[in-house]
Amino acid sequence: MADLEDFRAETRAWLEANCPPEMREPVKDEEDVYWGGRNASFKSDAQKAWFEACVAKGYTVPSWPKEYGGAGLAPAEAKVLREEMARINARSPLHSFGIWMLGPALLKFGTEQQKLHFLNQIARGEIRWCQGYSEPGSGSDLVSLQTYGADEGDHWVVNGQKIWTSYADKCDWIFCLVRTDKENKYQGITFMLFDMETPGVTTKPIKLISGNSPFCETFFDDVKVPKSYGEGIPGQVGEVNRGWDVAKYLLGHEREMISGAGNADRLTTIGAAMTRQGGEIDPVLRAQLALFDVDALAYTAMGEKFLDEIKVGKAHPAQPNMMKYAGTELNKRRHELMMAAGGSRALEWDSEETRGGTPARSWLRTKANSIEGGTSEVMLNVIAKRILDLPGA
Amino acid sequence: MPLYHDDDQAMLADTAGQFMAEEGAIAKQLRHWRDIGCKDGFGHGLWKQFGEMGFAGMLVSEEDGGLGMGHVEAGIVLEEIGRNLTPSPFLISSVMAATALGKGSADLRGRWLPGLVTGDSVFAVAVDEGIKHNPQNIATRAERSGNGFRLSGAKTFVVQGASADMVVVAARTSGADDDDAGVTLFAVPKDAAGMTQDPVRLVDSSIATHMKLDGVELDGDAVIGEVDGGREVLNAMLNAGRVGAAAEAVGVARGSMDMTVDYLKQRKQFGRLIGEFQALQHRAAHLYSEVEIARAAVIKAQQLLDAGSDKAELMVSVAKAKAGQAAGLAVREGVQMHGGIGMTDEYDIGLFMKRDRALAEFLGDANYHANRVAVLSGY
Ligand SMILES: Cc1cc2nc3c(=O)[nH]c(=O)nc-3n(C[C@H](O)[C@H](O)[C@H](O)COP(=O)(O)OP(=O)(O)OC[C@H]3O[C@@H](n4cnc5c(N)ncnc54)[C@H](O)[C@@H]3O)c2cc1C
Repeated sequence: MADLEDFRAETRAWLEANCPPEMREPVKDEEDVYWGGRNASFKSDAQKAWFEACVAKGYTVPSWPKEYGGAGLAPAEAKVLREEMARINARSPLHSFGIWMLGPALLKFGTEQQKLHFLNQIARGEIRWCQGYSEPGSGSDLVSLQTYGADEGDHWVVNGQKIWTSYADKCDWIFCLVRTDKENKYQGITFMLFDMETPGVTTKPIKLISGNSPFCETFFDDVKVPKSYGEGIPGQVGEVNRGWDVAKYLLGHEREMISGAGNADRLTTIGAAMTRQGGEIDPVLRAQLALFDVDALAYTAMGEKFLDEIKVGKAHPAQPNMMKYAGTELNKRRHELMMAAGGSRALEWDSEETRGGTPARSWLRTKANSIEGGTSEVMLNVIAKRILDLPGA
Repeated sequence: MPLYHDDDQAMLADTAGQFMAEEGAIAKQLRHWRDIGCKDGFGHGLWKQFGEMGFAGMLVSEEDGGLGMGHVEAGIVLEEIGRNLTPSPFLISSVMAATALGKGSADLRGRWLPGLVTGDSVFAVAVDEGIKHNPQNIATRAERSGNGFRLSGAKTFVVQGASADMVVVAARTSGADDDDAGVTLFAVPKDAAGMTQDPVRLVDSSIATHMKLDGVELDGDAVIGEVDGGREVLNAMLNAGRVGAAAEAVGVARGSMDMTVDYLKQRKQFGRLIGEFQALQHRAAHLYSEVEIARAAVIKAQQLLDAGSDKAELMVSVAKAKAGQAAGLAVREGVQMHGGIGMTDEYDIGLFMKRDRALAEFLGDANYHANRVAVLSGY
């Protein structure tokens, strides 16, 4: 305990010295954060300084071992860091599918050489990854996917199409589910890694109801994917034809990330903000806001409990599905209420006062929360089957 | 502090769980006392066992002969009480009254706590005066009289009041009815002249009283804490009771949910187990998620209360509101998913619904606490 308090003091001092004031301001939107990658540029000097300080300290991935670019923090230390960052509203230095999704899968299923090679790149924000799971005919029923990789000796030749590939047009590499055995549904998928600049890969952005185009259709036309990237670095994670296990494991981490567990305590109370701005609150709206705050604060506690439990293996392995379901439904409700609180101002689509329609665009964006990474209905199916053990689910 | 039970607490949960499932079982306690029309609504034998197990005095300090444990531990016992619908004086005597008495003089503690620790004494608390919880308003008066006080007024919803050896009464020693200051708590012995109680059976088969205080004469040493400064003790007692009731509600929710999920795996219709119907699966899964979240909120509130954090107040209200909603959902879904059998007195699921209703109302319902969350959050 005394050690932990020392660590807290050290961490506080380090954050004080290294986290610039601009990086303690709330993030405006998905464009206002640093995603890394070959073509990345910093939005500000503050963003750059904060990112570089974190990389040097291993704080882009505090819990990862030091040899993979992390800080090797123990669970209790990682919690202290999280609390101290939340206390000053410090932004996350690096947003990355590599950190949230691929990294955990590599840590669990990768070879030692794969880990040393890819994890360090991820930790330093050098390579930006995208996720090639969904296909036009395979969404919730992901395992039915058709993109096919023909075995050509030292490489595969991949043909097919992915869809909803977030940031595919901005990413450097893709982790991609490819069918390598047409006879075997579950044990016929390989979890491949390849460069988006490989000939035959093309992307086409899709415009969303929020007006932004964060994701793409991704086409593979005779794409040559090497089976090896060097000594001990295979081109797939896990074994060939056993990618479904990796895919599912990764989804657990993706769902944990989308659930917002651990971030919720940074969110402001809508009712308090309205009062500060001097607005009258309609009594019926106030009641809704109060009931929402009960749920939001309770969910914050749930997030803390979930993260504590997962670190020591106490959480049910399917619990991320519950977190994702509850967290995303709550976030949608939050934005409905923010629109109600914002009135006609919140309807403005590109005005300066709304920083380009942030309230409306964010509200629309949140509707995807209960779709991306597995829909709420699918989450409920998984809870019913794996946690409640209900029949035939 | 991590937000899960440590090894000692997990052991306590095992012990308490086993004890309630065996000794505190529905058939043995709740139904038994209900069916014979018991005037207490609980069994004194079981209460003695609570003493022997160390439960009755778990929140009493070690120097007063108790175990000096905290709200997390009391909540563990309460969750098991809730799961088994075990009727007992624990919440009101061991959690609420003990919290108030813990802030009292050495004389008061010496007079009342030994009997609590052994499970011989039962206490009640008399705060509310109307049909809804509103502790801001204390109209019951305590006037100075000699070197003591004279209490006059009326209280409602005094759970186990007629069974109690002593009732903690909140009265006004000065100021207007809704002032913060001017409240004083008194430990009123059961035989105090002028105190009359009219017992009523509640929906959950517990017994509460409408209490009248008609010039009840008390010595100065019946005062718990400071004269006129009782609001602080009162709040501590109420918050202990609220987080305790929330823990019990989580137990009720889990008991009801477990029973319902089991039923979904047994009952067949249309040639299938009803648990195969997705419409029911999704409702059960949603319920699971609400109950998990409520449980997290309750443990967080208990930890903050034990740590003396200034965020405890807010989180206690979050916990009471959230647990109330989750338990309400659990019992409503429970009865519905049982179909006709869920409406029968013979089947236990309805007993969960009844207990939930009483717990929801006790010390402020979800609406009361949601409002409090808003006020404490600054709107
Ligand atoms: C913003 C955003 C970003 C995304 N990013 C990526 C990405 O980077 N990479 C990637 O691979 N994918 C990505 N996706 C895709 C996402 O994973 C899929 O949209 C999702 O899995 C749902 O598939 P679908 O769109 O085909 O819907 P469908 O599966 O067709 O679902 C339609 C409706 O049917 C319901 N439904 C389906 N099956 C069942 C069932 N068994 N029981 C009950 N209801 C059911 C669904 O819940 C939904 O309401 C993204 C999606 C969004 C919205």
